[in-house]
Amino acid sequence: MNRKLWINLMAAILVVGLFMTVSCAKKTIVTDGTTIEDQAKVEAEAAAAAAAKVLAEQERIKSQELQDQMAKEQALKEAKILAAKNRFSNQNIHFEFDSAQLSSMAKQLIEEKAEWLGANSGVAVIVEGHCDERGTTDYNIALGERRAIVVKNYLVNLGISGSRLTTVSFGEEKPLDPAANEAAYRKNRRAQFVIK
Amino acid sequence: MNEIRLNKICGGKSRYHQFIGRIPCRIFFAGLAVLLFLFCLVPLQAKEVDYINISNPFLNKIPIAITQFKTFNGNDAEVNHGKNAEQILKDALDFTGYLKVLNSKGFLSNPAQTGIQLGQINFKDWTGIGADLLITGGIEELENQVTLKLRLFDAFNSKLLVGKIYTGASSQIRRMIHLFCSEVSHKLTGNWGVFNSKISFVSTVKGHKEIFVCEFDGHNPKQITHHKSISLSPNWSFDGRWLAYVSYAKGKPDLYIKNLKEKRGAIVNYKGSNISPDWMPDQLNFAAALSFSGNQEIYLLTKKGEVTKRITKSWGVNVSPSFSPDGKKIAFTSNRGGTPQIYIKDLDGGEVKRVTFKGRYNTSPAWSPDGKKIAYVGIKKNKIDIFVINLTSVSGMPVQLTMNQQDNEDPSWSPDGSLIAFTSNREGGVSRLFVMTSAGTDQRRLLTLTGKQSQPGWSKSTSFEN
Repeated sequence: MNRKLWINLMAAILVVGLFMTVSCAKKTIVTDGTTIEDQAKVEAEAAAAAAAKVLAEQERIKSQELQDQMAKEQALKEAKILAAKNRFSNQNIHFEFDSAQLSSMAKQLIEEKAEWLGANSGVAVIVEGHCDERGTTDYNIALGERRAIVVKNYLVNLGISGSRLTTVSFGEEKPLDPAANEAAYRKNRRAQFVIK
Repeated sequence: MNEIRLNKICGGKSRYHQFIGRIPCRIFFAGLAVLLFLFCLVPLQAKEVDYINISNPFLNKIPIAITQFKTFNGNDAEVNHGKNAEQILKDALDFTGYLKVLNSKGFLSNPAQTGIQLGQINFKDWTGIGADLLITGGIEELENQVTLKLRLFDAFNSKLLVGKIYTGASSQIRRMIHLFCSEVSHKLTGNWGVFNSKISFVSTVKGHKEIFVCEFDGHNPKQITHHKSISLSPNWSFDGRWLAYVSYAKGKPDLYIKNLKEKRGAIVNYKGSNISPDWMPDQLNFAAALSFSGNQEIYLLTKKGEVTKRITKSWGVNVSPSFSPDGKKIAFTSNRGGTPQIYIKDLDGGEVKRVTFKGRYNTSPAWSPDGKKIAYVGIKKNKIDIFVINLTSVSGMPVQLTMNQQDNEDPSWSPDGSLIAFTSNREGGVSRLFVMTSAGTDQRRLLTLTGKQSQPGWSKSTSFEN
């Protein structure tokens, strides 16, 4: 019985050993074959991928360029709008001393502002009237109010709805330039637009 | 009780204007924590004299000597309070512009030692140094109560003119001295003077314009508004209890009416601008320029802000109303003639009369308390100055009060008409408050405060109450 067990055991080891040798030998063969095949494929695929990549990159660059172009155009457009808006807000209507009369230059500026207001129909603005520091506080509030009203009326005549325009006078209280000279006075005698 | 006689100021050379009056015997002071009882030293019942005509532009100052105060107990507190009282008295009388307080270095006698009463004074010592008038003072302190004994003498005629005793806490010395100054003023000019008056004004605080109030001489400035905005044009009601002013607190110029003690008031915020308030004499109504109609016009309003009457009807600017002292007329600025000029209109309709004709810019009228003159701001050769025009004179030629001292604006008369407060940037180009006599003399700074000050508004009452 012991002997039979030993023989069986030996036989089993043998079989297993055989199997192992067989399987090892078989694997080597299969692996080698496959490797050769795959490398060729990979090379081909890599070449194709590289070509595609170049193409994609070209495509990407192209679209990027297009995007950049568009963005640039958009930025330019926005800058233009902003410039127009700034121009609207920053370019003041100027007046002579103790006067609320519009000069031809003032009228031209207001016409420009009317264009902007026409193109930006959702915007409501405050027309501020200001004076230089000379003269009396009370009288300058009154004079500033007249300046603001004159500008508003001119805009209304150009077709801008009066409901979009409010007026307020600050008299001599908010000079742009606090200096006491003619250049400063000229700057300070103004109607100024503030977007609400 | 308090019998106040506003004696008519005599004109021209009739220096001695006579009337029989009784000196007030006792004045009860409701507004003070301390009750001040004023007693006459002498129950004088005699002819009184106007010594000074304060509306005379060629007035020479009357020399007055003010003695060191006699101390009765001689303790340190008494001596110090006495020195303090003497200085307050000198400053106040000097402020009037019609008295010249003599330097005590030249005094020949010292009544603080020899006696401050009529029989104890050698008047030759005073006429000898050129003093027409003499004031002696005595001070007694007992348990923190100060008694001031003050006498005004006519040195030339060796006569007692005013004698008063005041008692109160030591913190009330300034107040008591000013009460005496009012008596002195009344005796000398027929008018109670400026000593009980206040001045409202605009001052910048951290870049914002706020309304302030100070005493007649610039003392004790107090901030009234805290809008942190632009606040302008303060104006007192006749009783000194209300202020009307303009503020941009809500983004545009609106009128604020404020009771100073009771913390109540109203806001006038019609569409457009609501500016330049001026209270009526003897009534709690005021005039102001409102533009809700689309044009700046002057209206009459109640203290609650209700419009009761439209006063002007003219296209263009109509602003800066100023009532005549009888409340029947109003002076204002209008550009109806093409340039801003001063006009007068009767409240009950009537013609509008133009007042100023010289120059192309005349604004800010301020009607004098005697009703005879209007002070205003004019621009002449690009310089902004204060002028006065006499309404009764035939020529109607304006008199220029400020000259070659940069810009001068915002004239406001003292209640007795002797002084004019105004704004000037003569000191380093910074806007400050100044005061001068109604003749334009004695121009000086009113107060020192950080920031820029403008638009002084003198209170209207010269009486003791309020």
